[in-house]
This record gives sequence, C-alpha cells and structure tokens, in this order.
Amino acid sequence: MSHDAYSPLLLKNIHRADSATLAAYRESGGYRALERALKEMSPEQVLEEVKASGLRGRGGAGFPTGMKWSFMPKGEGEKYLVLNADESEPGTFKDRLLMERDPHLVLEGFLIGCYAVGCRHGYIYIRGEFVHAHRVLLKAVEDARAAGLAGKNILGSGFDCEITLYRGAGAYICGEETALLESLEGKRGMPRLKPPFPAQVGLYGKPTSVNNVETVANVPLIVEMGSSWYASIGRPKNTGPKLYCVSGHVRRPGVYEFPLGVPLKELVFEHAGGMLRKDRPLKAVVPGGSSVPILPAEKCDVLMDFDSLAAAGTMLGSAGVIVMDDSVCMVDALLNLARFYAHESCGQCTPCREGCGWYVQILDRLERGEGKSSDLDLLLDLSDRIQGNTICPLGDAVAMPVRSYVNVFRDEFQHHVTQKRCLAKPATASR
Amino acid sequence: MNPSEETRKRIDAAIKEYPRPRSALLAVLHLIQAERGYVAKEDQEWVAQRMQLPSAEVAGVVSFYTMFRTAPPGRHHLQVCRTLSCQLRGCRELLQHIRAKLGIAEGGVTPDGRFSLVTVECLGSCGTAPMMQVNDDYHENLTRDGLDALLDSMK
Repeated sequence: MSHDAYSPLLLKNIHRADSATLAAYRESGGYRALERALKEMSPEQVLEEVKASGLRGRGGAGFPTGMKWSFMPKGEGEKYLVLNADESEPGTFKDRLLMERDPHLVLEGFLIGCYAVGCRHGYIYIRGEFVHAHRVLLKAVEDARAAGLAGKNILGSGFDCEITLYRGAGAYICGEETALLESLEGKRGMPRLKPPFPAQVGLYGKPTSVNNVETVANVPLIVEMGSSWYASIGRPKNTGPKLYCVSGHVRRPGVYEFPLGVPLKELVFEHAGGMLRKDRPLKAVVPGGSSVPILPAEKCDVLMDFDSLAAAGTMLGSAGVIVMDDSVCMVDALLNLARFYAHESCGQCTPCREGCGWYVQILDRLERGEGKSSDLDLLLDLSDRIQGNTICPLGDAVAMPVRSYVNVFRDEFQHHVTQKRCLAKPATASR
Repeated sequence: MNPSEETRKRIDAAIKEYPRPRSALLAVLHLIQAERGYVAKEDQEWVAQRMQLPSAEVAGVVSFYTMFRTAPPGRHHLQVCRTLSCQLRGCRELLQHIRAKLGIAEGGVTPDGRFSLVTVECLGSCGTAPMMQVNDDYHENLTRDGLDALLDSMK
C-alpha cells in the first residue's frame, strides 16, 4: 500500500507563500484548538487527551508525551515547559521547517502544553545557528501576544502564559534535555546526573518538562480532532503523523510527512525519488539520525516506526534517514561521524571524552591503510566500555553506530587492514 | 573598547528578561559578537564585570560554544558543513574548491579581510546538502558554479 493519497496534517500549511503569518494560520483554522482547550477543557482533560492519543516524543527517544507531562507536580507553583528547538542530530531538518514555515502551529501546540502542565512562563530554546527560524518565531510570538493569544489572560480565559525565546550558541549536546537546561541558565551545556529528573528539579531548580518542536506541533491536532481520531493514524502504539527527513544519495531529498509506520523503501524509492545515480545501487540506510545503528540494503524492508525499527535492531530516533549508495566507504563514513561526536562530547565523562578521541585515531589509521586487525575488536571493545557508562546518551549515540558499522560491514573494515585500501568504488564528484 | 551605548541598552534589557540574570549570558555574548564580530578577551572581562561573574566562568562559556569566536573573522565568514549528509553530497570537493580559490585553509582569513573559512558540524540542512552558512545566512544546494557566483558577489 502506497501513501500517495495521504494529505499532510503537520505540513498542510507550509506551501502557502504567507504560511508563517498569523492571518494565514488563522484562516486555516489555527488557534481553534487553543481556544477549545482553554475554554472547554480543564488542564487535566487536555493531559488525558494527549495521553489517550498515544503521542510519543518526536525528538528521538519516543517517550509518551502525556506521561512525561503527568510527572509534573499538580497545582500552582513555579514550573516550566521548555521547547527543545535545538535540532542538531545529523540527518535531521524537520523542526527548522516547522519553525520557519508554520511557527504558529509550533506556538499553539506549545501554549496548549503550557496550559496542560500549569506553566505560566514557557521557554523556547532555539539552536543558535537558526537565525532565520529565530526571527520568524520571534515575530510569531509578538503577533500572538498582540492578538491576545499569548501573555496575559489568553483569549479572555484567565490563563496567563509568557513565552521567551532563548538562542543557543552551537553545541549538539544542548539537545539533551538537562544540558539544554544548563545552557538556558547561562552555563556550559553539561548534562546533569539523573535523578533528580527535570520534572522534579529542572530549570532554576523548578519542575520542568522539555518537549521537541514536532511533538508539540501534534498537540493542536489531538485537541481539535480528538484522541481516538489521532490514534487511528499510524500503527498501534506508534500513532500519528510523522516527519521523515531524507538526505544523502536520493534524487529528491527533503522532509516528507506520512503516518508512523511508512515502509522505509517506499519512502526512499517512491517519495524521495529513488537513488541519485542509476548505476549506484543502495548500500545502506541510517534510519533515525546519525546516532542509530545502520541498516544494510538487504535489511531495509522495515516500517518506519518506533517499535518496528527497534525490532530490526535500530531506532526511529529523529527520523533522519541518511541514504548511502555503493560509492560510500563505511570506514570513511564512520570516521566522519566519530569526528562529529569527538567534537561534540562535552568532556565531563571520561569514557565518552577519551573514547571519542580513540575512535577517531583508530578509524583514521584504518582509513589511511595503517590499521591493524586488532583495531576492529578494539572499536567494539571501546563501544562496550562507553555505552551505559556516561551521564547522558551521547556516549550511547556514538557507541551504537560504531558497533553496528563494524559488525555489519566487517569485511570492508578488514579489507582496509589487509589490502590497505577501500572496497567501495568512489564516485566521481557528485555535482 | 566597550560596547556601544545601543548594545549596552540591549544588554541591560536581556539581563532583565530572565528570572535569573545569569541566564542572559549567552544572549549578552551574542550581542557583543554581533557588534564587534567576535568576543575579545577584554569583552569577556567587561561581561564578567557587568554580570558579576568570575571571568573564568565567562571564558568557560565562550570556549564551550562553537559560535563564539575569539578572533576577528572576515567580512564574510564561510562556515562549510562537513558532517555526513553533506559529505555524501560533495562538501569535500566544495571545500577544496574554496581553499584553492581563496588561498586559505580552515581557520584562515584572506589578507584583505574579505573572507574567513571554517568547517562546522551539521547545521540541520541535510536535505539541501551540500551547504554552508555565511554570517547569518544559509546557502543550500551548493554547486561549484553557484559557489563561484556567490563568492564573487560578496565584496
């Protein structure tokens, strides 16, 4: 079954030239869900609706959003909802699209979230390099405030909620929620030890919940159309629409919206136009951003949802689908990623800080044809020593791809040792 | 050289925007860098005094975040993405082309101060790879010809 007839829900507005304006958003029914939540529902009812919808966080971990919100203490008192707009997982570019092209959808979902958890001051932590998205969101917040949709007494409901934007300054680690909170407090973005979890001790020591941009963009749909309608989209326990980011060796890279559970091959070969070059077949796909295990071509008959990909030994992650043809040398590709993680490790945990440097050294000598046979097992051993032994998941995020690239493409790594060169036939410059 | 009157006003406003003044540190550094192009040692001292923080705290934050520069960039600061999706779509060839054309390596500034060049990690623009950020702006789907035209247009 192909999804050609699917009508987008999250991306329904983005093709309008004026999609970022408040007028365009309201014309397409925008802010009706906020009004409904504030005037017809209690915060508890909103929370229950989101729980019943089955919505799982779209930032990478897939944790149920309603449950995350329910960890927040009830009643009055200072507490915060923080929007994680620090999109920086390699291969991921969906949140930027939402913020630039439909900022009011993001804002409406975030405001409903603030209402559900009883937050009177929400923070949007936006990636520092996203200068344009920041300007667009800032304008959206100003326009929303002027129209009585944010700030004091929203829509006459008595609910007050200020929204403050906060710019990061270039650090992948700040996408990790506790590092983000440190950064938001004006510090180096070093993850905190958990427990205590942010729902107890978060921003400024107060209860805090952190949600991804795409996650909150789903909330207006749930409030307006109801949780059973929402839960009918996608697959059991993997409900709702999803944005998939396709990059690499395909003819039409970009962001595609389909229900959770779209077949990976349909996504790559139908929607993204198939392989970039006719004579270069598929070699492998990274299905969920650079931090997840890689799938070789013969294992790509999978559905793109949390549980199907977990069963296939990998993860949906951020749904950053990186497609590689047979010109790619896996040692070279993994070296690229190892350098990324070595650059982005915050340095506080020894296994991650030192291990990332070791990965780079070992992969670099393999790539130069100076590696040893024992290096392959050394890479695997390093992964075992890093994974699970660090404060935050960055250690796992590098250990998992290293282990999978070496295990899946062991012959290719071995070839670098014995033949001092690569098995893959490099393409001529792609452009 | 202290920040201008205008920047100092914006710094005051940024500090008032948060329940804890320390939260404004990143915003303050962004404002300084927007005015001067980088955050010099003396700027860091000024920020430390203004925000009543130890100067080591400010220096620690400056060095942690890749966007804060401690040396003057060129008028057009080329930040070429080098992470996987861009590599798959030819960022290495583009980078080589830029190096040869401008006669500088990563970390370099052209003698006339027109261009500076660095590589950066994933900028979240993988669907339009290869790409680079020049000052604040993204330039996507770069080709060699497009890149030549772009660089020639930057005076």
